[in-house]
Amino acid sequence: MFDVLEKYDILAAFWMTIKLTFFSAIGALVIGTVLAIMRVSPVAVLRRLGAFYVNVVRNTPLTLIVFFSLAGVGIVLQINLVDPNSATSLRDNAIRWAMVALAVYHAAFVCEALRSGFNTVPLGQAEAARSIGLTFGQSLREVILPQAFRGAIAPLGSVLIALTKNTTVASVIGVAEASALMKVIIENETASVAVFLVFALGFVILTLPVGLLFTSLSRRLAVKR
Amino acid sequence: MASIRIDGLTKVYPGDVTAIDGLDVTVEDGSFFALLGPSGCGKTTLLRTIAGLEEASGGSISIGDRDVTRLAPGDRNVAMVFQDYALFPHMTVTDNIAYPLRIKKVGRSERAAKAAETGEGLGLSALMARRPGELSGGQQQRVALARAMACQPDVFLLDEPLSNLDARLRLEARTFLKRLQKDLGVTTVFVTHDQSEALAMADQIAVMEAGRIRQLGTPSEIFRRPANTFVANFIGSTPMNMLPGKLVGGVLQVGALEGVDAVAAGWAGREAPDGEVTVAFRPEYARVDGKGPLVFEGTVETTESLGASVLVTARTDDGQRVQVVVPEGEEPEVGAVVGVAPASGRVLVYDAEGELLSPSSSVP
Repeated sequence: MFDVLEKYDILAAFWMTIKLTFFSAIGALVIGTVLAIMRVSPVAVLRRLGAFYVNVVRNTPLTLIVFFSLAGVGIVLQINLVDPNSATSLRDNAIRWAMVALAVYHAAFVCEALRSGFNTVPLGQAEAARSIGLTFGQSLREVILPQAFRGAIAPLGSVLIALTKNTTVASVIGVAEASALMKVIIENETASVAVFLVFALGFVILTLPVGLLFTSLSRRLAVKR
Repeated sequence: MASIRIDGLTKVYPGDVTAIDGLDVTVEDGSFFALLGPSGCGKTTLLRTIAGLEEASGGSISIGDRDVTRLAPGDRNVAMVFQDYALFPHMTVTDNIAYPLRIKKVGRSERAAKAAETGEGLGLSALMARRPGELSGGQQQRVALARAMACQPDVFLLDEPLSNLDARLRLEARTFLKRLQKDLGVTTVFVTHDQSEALAMADQIAVMEAGRIRQLGTPSEIFRRPANTFVANFIGSTPMNMLPGKLVGGVLQVGALEGVDAVAAGWAGREAPDGEVTVAFRPEYARVDGKGPLVFEGTVETTESLGASVLVTARTDDGQRVQVVVPEGEEPEVGAVVGVAPASGRVLVYDAEGELLSPSSSVP
């Protein structure tokens, strides 16, 4: 029943899923941290900008964002993220735009996870830092963020798991990740339930350790007050 | 080390809420100064404004010869100890104590030496590698004090320093803090709503109400001669007895009692104007033997044990409540008729505005 799968390179498809997850997770963490700092900053304009970003992006379907990135920004505005003369430029451009879209989308969720982490830090910590003579940047770097990240580990884990599964949306712009291959196999072969189970298991293998790791991290790094 | 001079300080919060209202006070160099008052009186705001965590709306604050009104908290050379200590939970005790020094760009080895020395002085040597979450409340407080002491500030500011400790530890910490302050000799201002803390620790107490200082004085002045009825009501573990009376030509008339020459008794100055007055005396300074210039006949309603003494509450025939603290075992039966007599030197008379009329020589 599973022998039909031998014709397809399932590992390569899952490798693409992992690459998409890895690079967009890093992007989302960077953008999300900047957004979270904007949302707690003393400057009202930055706070509003941060809130605006989160509200717009979080309430837009991921499929739209992914599609808009490649079709709207990439193709219409002619912004290439790869050398257009390379042999695989079309394919690589789609992959990179998918990564950008996933990062942009999940940054909103990272921002909210971090903000919940900020809320675990008592106001007195910022005041103590100020009264010692730290600037806003110093107190953020040395006092607030280290505690906020620890308080945000568990929700950040949830965002990472969601991101892993959301990479399947990249198939709408033709990125050959796991779910795209699954569709191909189901169209070509008859054993669709078995194929589905194999791919579902593949995602569980990817996400389960992430969940366990983040749970144990959040317990070990928890800030004891 | 330095004195603190505050001139016409005002703090208005958005929405026209006046927390501090044109306040003047000078804290002498090296003194242990308490800001005491009910919640919402502005005492914490005043402390935070001295620290620089709140910006003054008007007036000025000087520490030593330096006007610090517009300086950032870190540039005032003051150290604040927060009510919840605000230790950094992700750093060890050593790092917590040394952290302010790192911000002041003190070298690594000097920082470690200073932290070790300060920690040792406060009995923290065995705990230096732990994190705040692994310490008891009393230990956390000492770390917070060490963090404040390590950078040798001109002024310590303590926000409700004892409120996060349990009752037993509180007494210990009180004695400890008082001795530490005297040893260091650093000007220290602390905020408390607990009068017993202020009376026990401070050299000077400022009793605050609605953003103003209602009385400034030593603990014994505040306790013995409250300058107005607000302070009289606020200070004292048992509430002050306050009875309405009338002063006419220096003669005090309380209810149906025989008039007493208040000027001769030393309760009012010769120049005291005629009018409605309030006669006040502490339950601790009265007896139930009916001997004295002013005796309130009353029926005992309740007796409450305070441990070594008993609080007796009696009601006079015209409905006034008077309370007396008597030694344990000497309390009258409930229902007995007693004559409550304040000690002559302890009677205070306030005018209709609530200001003290009694001249200072009347109370020893």
